[in-house]
Amino acid sequence: MKRRFLCCALWLAGAVQAAGFDYGLSARPVAPDVHVFIGRSEDFTTANGGNIVNTGFIVAAQGVIVIDSGPSLRYGQQMRQAIAAVTPRPPVLLINTHHHPDHFLGNQAFSGLPIAALPSTIRGIAADGNAFAENLFRLSGDWLLGTEVLVPTQALAAGPLAVAGRQLELIALDGHTGADLAIYDSASGVLFAGDLVFNGRAPTTPHADIGHWLTALDQLEALTRRPGFTTLVPGHGAPTPDAAPIRQTRAWLTWLRESLHQAAEAGLDMNEVLARPLPPEFADLPVAASEYRRSVGHLFPAAEQAALK
Amino acid sequence: MKFPLTMAAIALAALMPPADAAALQESGDPLASARWGEMQKAFLAGQQVLFDPRVKVSAPSTAENPLQVPVTVDATALSNVREVIVFADFNPIVQVLRFYPAGSGAYLGFRVKLQQSTPVRAAVRTADGLWHVGGTWVNTVGGGCTAPSAAASSPEWQQRLNEVSGRQWSEGPASGRLRLRIVHPMDTGLVAGTPAFYLEEIAFADAAGQPLMRLQTYEPVAENPVFTLQRGALAGPIEARGRDNNGNLFQARIAP
Repeated sequence: MKRRFLCCALWLAGAVQAAGFDYGLSARPVAPDVHVFIGRSEDFTTANGGNIVNTGFIVAAQGVIVIDSGPSLRYGQQMRQAIAAVTPRPPVLLINTHHHPDHFLGNQAFSGLPIAALPSTIRGIAADGNAFAENLFRLSGDWLLGTEVLVPTQALAAGPLAVAGRQLELIALDGHTGADLAIYDSASGVLFAGDLVFNGRAPTTPHADIGHWLTALDQLEALTRRPGFTTLVPGHGAPTPDAAPIRQTRAWLTWLRESLHQAAEAGLDMNEVLARPLPPEFADLPVAASEYRRSVGHLFPAAEQAALK
Repeated sequence: MKFPLTMAAIALAALMPPADAAALQESGDPLASARWGEMQKAFLAGQQVLFDPRVKVSAPSTAENPLQVPVTVDATALSNVREVIVFADFNPIVQVLRFYPAGSGAYLGFRVKLQQSTPVRAAVRTADGLWHVGGTWVNTVGGGCTAPSAAASSPEWQQRLNEVSGRQWSEGPASGRLRLRIVHPMDTGLVAGTPAFYLEEIAFADAAGQPLMRLQTYEPVAENPVFTLQRGALAGPIEARGRDNNGNLFQARIAP
């Protein structure tokens, strides 16, 4: 009797928790057979469970191609359910665009499938995945319960990729991290830009090389000028039918680099750099103040070193 | 309960702006740290202490990177500063650095490794023997002292150990400023298999050998330390000499 009561209590607790850990994912079509899940323009919190990221999928003739798996096992599981609500076809391939945790910690939900990424993304996930997961657990709490790192198994290379009856073009870039994969779906004209492009949210820079990033943005913008291009899906923020988010990301990065360079040349100390106000054009950009603070920490030491030579 | 100020403090308060004078405090830690009593015993035992708003310690209230938390100590509002001790109540290694301004102002910018959220404080001794204490809380995610240095994963530092880069500014808003960077892992000894290996002493002097500032550094100073000093009116090149706890020496000349 006592045991039964305990089971009942656990079941109730489980039910309450499950309701509390619902990401509310619902697939949004951006083109025929191409869908995305749009995250919030926020920092990681225990309220959003890490759902600040965009993921997506392409319903191909012979199965579903999944692009990024979100910040947790739960997210990956709920993503699979939401995909199943759109198509009966099974996922056949998961691609991780880069080695940041909000893009690969849902991999576990796709175990058994081929999981593919650029070689240095695979190395990055293998080396830093657990540390990233711990950090995200600290920021987003129990949403991540049960989440473990699943390292991609298949190395991708730039160029055409025929998969499940679909023709993808893989564009291997870098700058946001050491390896950033953009994916162009020729049939729909949708460009998945990964975290090289942010829309309506200040970009994150923990592994950024701004010079490389700006070069990558130029390449992405060239893709949006192709005749068949229809939609840009940024890594964070709303999809657009144009290159506006690329220009927005470029404007932020250009300002950030120039501002840190000038500050270092002027002899400012890191605390003084942190205290500088954002320019009016970025003052209302979501999470601009917190991303600026982080970026000073990530990027100012190098700017400083250059100025001290 | 706020205890009445001593005569020395009252005399001081009379010379200060009213807002600062009102903030003077001889007991009752304004940062409400459970470790203040221990800190006082360790660094300032038996000496007269005054919490003084003229000792400005700046640091981000939330430090994004616990391995590189920027701290600026500015005690230039006090005259006749002889010694400044910087410590962090809840760090596994509490003492961060000490500096002794001579020709320079009582001002130092640097970065520190923090293991957990903690007050970061500066205790400033003036010529009359009184300790003026200021500080600020820094919240951080932790792990700064037990994380391996970047140098631990790359052998590059071995070729560049104690390499110094520096610059002086003679115009603009940072006029009178000197900044210096030294390549050093600053290992705390708290990472298994990596012994403590850190800079211990740096002395700054002008070309004639007149001392500008002497600096004693400890394990919590961040890897590849960067220091910001106010050299004041002094002109000409500045010599920096120092050594680490393994006896490695460095010497550099920073052109004006």
